[in-house]
Amino acid sequence: MPIEILMPALSPTMTEGNLAKWNVSEGDKVVAGDVLCEIETDKATMEVEAVDEGVIGKILVPGGTEAVAVNAPIALLLEEGEDASALEGFSGSAAAAPAAAAAPAPAASAKPAPAAQAPAASAGARVFASPLARRIAADKGLDMAQVAGSGPHGRIVKRDVDQAKPGAKPATAAASVAAAPVLSVNDPVFANMPEFDVVPNSNMRKIIAKRLTASARDIPHFNLTVDVEIDKLLAIRKDINGRENAPYKISVNDFIVKACALALVHVPDCNVAYTDDAILRFKKVDIAIAVAIDGGLITPIVKDAASKGLAALSNEVKELAGKARDGKLKPEEFQGGTFTVSNLGMFGVKGFNSIINPPQGGILSVGAGEQRAVVKNGELAIATVVTLTLAVDHRCIDGATGAAFIKELKSLIEDPITMMV
Amino acid sequence: MADTNFDIIVVGGGPGGYVAAIRAAQLKMKVALVEANHLGGICLNWGCIPTKALLRSSEIYHNMLHAKNYGLSADGIGFDLDAIVERSRKISKQLNNGVGHLLKKNKVTVFDGYGKLNGAGKLHVEKDGKTVADLTSKHIILATGARARILPGMEPDGQLIWYYKDALVPNVVPKRLLVIGSGAIGIEFASFFHTMGSQTTVVEMVDRVVPAEDAEISAFLQKSLVKDGMEILTSAGVKALKKGKDSVTATLEFGGKTETREFDRVIVAAGIVGNVENLGLEGTQVKVDRTHIVVNEWLETGEPGVYAIGDVAGAPWLAHKASHEGVLCVEKIAGTKGLHPINPDRIPGCTYCRPQIASVGLTEAQAKDRGLKVKIGRFPFQGNGKAIALGEPEGLIKVLFDDKTGELLGAHMIGAEVTELIQGYGIAMELETTEAELMHTVFAHPTLSEMMHESVLDAFGRAVHF
Repeated sequence: MPIEILMPALSPTMTEGNLAKWNVSEGDKVVAGDVLCEIETDKATMEVEAVDEGVIGKILVPGGTEAVAVNAPIALLLEEGEDASALEGFSGSAAAAPAAAAAPAPAASAKPAPAAQAPAASAGARVFASPLARRIAADKGLDMAQVAGSGPHGRIVKRDVDQAKPGAKPATAAASVAAAPVLSVNDPVFANMPEFDVVPNSNMRKIIAKRLTASARDIPHFNLTVDVEIDKLLAIRKDINGRENAPYKISVNDFIVKACALALVHVPDCNVAYTDDAILRFKKVDIAIAVAIDGGLITPIVKDAASKGLAALSNEVKELAGKARDGKLKPEEFQGGTFTVSNLGMFGVKGFNSIINPPQGGILSVGAGEQRAVVKNGELAIATVVTLTLAVDHRCIDGATGAAFIKELKSLIEDPITMMV
Repeated sequence: MADTNFDIIVVGGGPGGYVAAIRAAQLKMKVALVEANHLGGICLNWGCIPTKALLRSSEIYHNMLHAKNYGLSADGIGFDLDAIVERSRKISKQLNNGVGHLLKKNKVTVFDGYGKLNGAGKLHVEKDGKTVADLTSKHIILATGARARILPGMEPDGQLIWYYKDALVPNVVPKRLLVIGSGAIGIEFASFFHTMGSQTTVVEMVDRVVPAEDAEISAFLQKSLVKDGMEILTSAGVKALKKGKDSVTATLEFGGKTETREFDRVIVAAGIVGNVENLGLEGTQVKVDRTHIVVNEWLETGEPGVYAIGDVAGAPWLAHKASHEGVLCVEKIAGTKGLHPINPDRIPGCTYCRPQIASVGLTEAQAKDRGLKVKIGRFPFQGNGKAIALGEPEGLIKVLFDDKTGELLGAHMIGAEVTELIQGYGIAMELETTEAELMHTVFAHPTLSEMMHESVLDAFGRAVHF
């Protein structure tokens, strides 16, 4: 019985696509990995590879056809020993009723079409995943092609999908298409370079690479920078921390996190995530805090940070950072978050730009607090200044909205008593 | 002078230690194994294996006594206890030798003595007060196992009060036997001696036997044992043992009353304690919590370069858990890629009482505690053709699925040969199959394993044969 080659789904939301062109003709022998055809969606063009070997028996949907339904048979593959007679009565029904392909009947044939087995596979490549992982992913609306597998031979297992977040939809489709030109260790480009140690990519490293590549490539970032004076903040901090037996030690960063949370409450249009269909405006502010850990970084989350007092917030940040460094964070403690704060001030960095942590809409980069010469009322003066750089997703936050947020943030930090009101 | 510097030193030659040593050798490491008593550890010499040998004798004896049920006649059925014990000892010896050969084949250097940490990266080995060797290695794995918990006032005397080692080499089948503790060890000995003719009483502190198992399995076992003539006292305790000449007077507390009873022998099986003494842990950063060494998910202790695996590193106290930890620990040291900590929810456990018990994953109570909504399927042995043909219609298979994801959360079995069945579910769990794949799997007929299929079907209201 010939194998049906089905129109693949290139993203979870794709229902139809254009069959741009065939790279093989009827009668061609193909092996797994050969490029069969090219499929266009509104986002990209991608190649469909053969999963089984055999001979192309019949092309059911000619090149150049638009709006071919996902899972509709597009060609028939003859297995070894089969000849064209096997196609009789088969192609006709399948072609005439493409909807039937999705029905259980053809799927139950002796050797089900591979594409039907792995609808989530991009570019026709098979995704190796456990049945449980597939089911959980389907429930969560995850695209399996976006999940890094940690099981044997990269198989995607439950823990991988449990840890994965449903990414911003446009990013997933595009990411699966234009895979970045990743180099292999054996790439000749390294031949003329000095000797090196090979440090294998940890799972965390792979996820960082994947997510941030997708973010930098697919999210239109823009940056807004302000200098913020923190002398008042430092005075208040000194006062609070100097109280006898204070069960806290509040850092400058704690103030900034708190101010950031409040500013997001005041400018809710910056506490958002972009999706294809709508902008999601979150009702609470969950601040993710970038923490460097052995071999990478992780972003534990202070939930509902705006409603927490400084002491509570500070202690929570300390506890989360400690847990992060010990590798003891629970998934719910680092998954989610509506906005991220990243601080490299302790390294003396003046200012920097961060990459947005999708699906969040923005990230704030905090530089070092340092004394700088400033001009006040026409006179040169000394102030302690921090440079803040906001990066936002232009798809959901425009320049004026981002500016409103950073203005609010600046005013809260420079006049910290207003945080209490 | 023999070489004393190694890539890895393993202290303890039980199922954790010797497997770790062999795995390390396979990974081209230079390995030393330090063992003072017997290669193969308790498991092979005084635990899993010799008890299975005894229980096999009692099983055949039981079948002979019931020959008539199968249309067979047998007269003058009896047994020679010494021969039964000798067979059990021989089997242990055979396997003990086998471990020795395996270590030799893998070029593991074995040191006969007790190992003791002696400063960073150093291990002092001695026996009978004499130094055997002073070894050095960047990685030292402690696999020293555990021993029976001795109850105060009930110390073993080799005569009237037995612990597992005594009970493995009995000189008599006691007429009246008291077993204290109904965990796997207690219930297996109770099963053996009861089958061999002891009038057996089991005392269990909590409200059910085999307390680690699913409550339904406990209830099933208790009913079956009581039907077989065993006395089971739950929520009960032994207040005192008074030794007589050839008997013991036990003061039992149960059902709100105190009762004095005469027994010929007492077996104490009240848990185990880790072997953490004389390991030189003092002054190191190795932490000990209630007789067990504290380790992280990679079996690392608080002291850099010191690891602990198996019973000494905590529950569950199972040989196969120890072996798996040994492999993981060594592979982690070797920098093997793609490792994952052991998932405790996927470690099967087997108890060889009659009827047998086997389980893997969460019990119904544990699933509820985790707030999981479950679908439960059950299938009784009496609905299975093979079980009836075997003359073993007593048993139950129970499975738990996550209602939302279809994940197989737990499987609990009681009945003939279930210890050989459980791995089917173990593999299913590790491969993360859902109920759909299990339903689509073709189970061979006629087999006991068909019940595994049926109980899955039952969880979704589709059992065919019941």
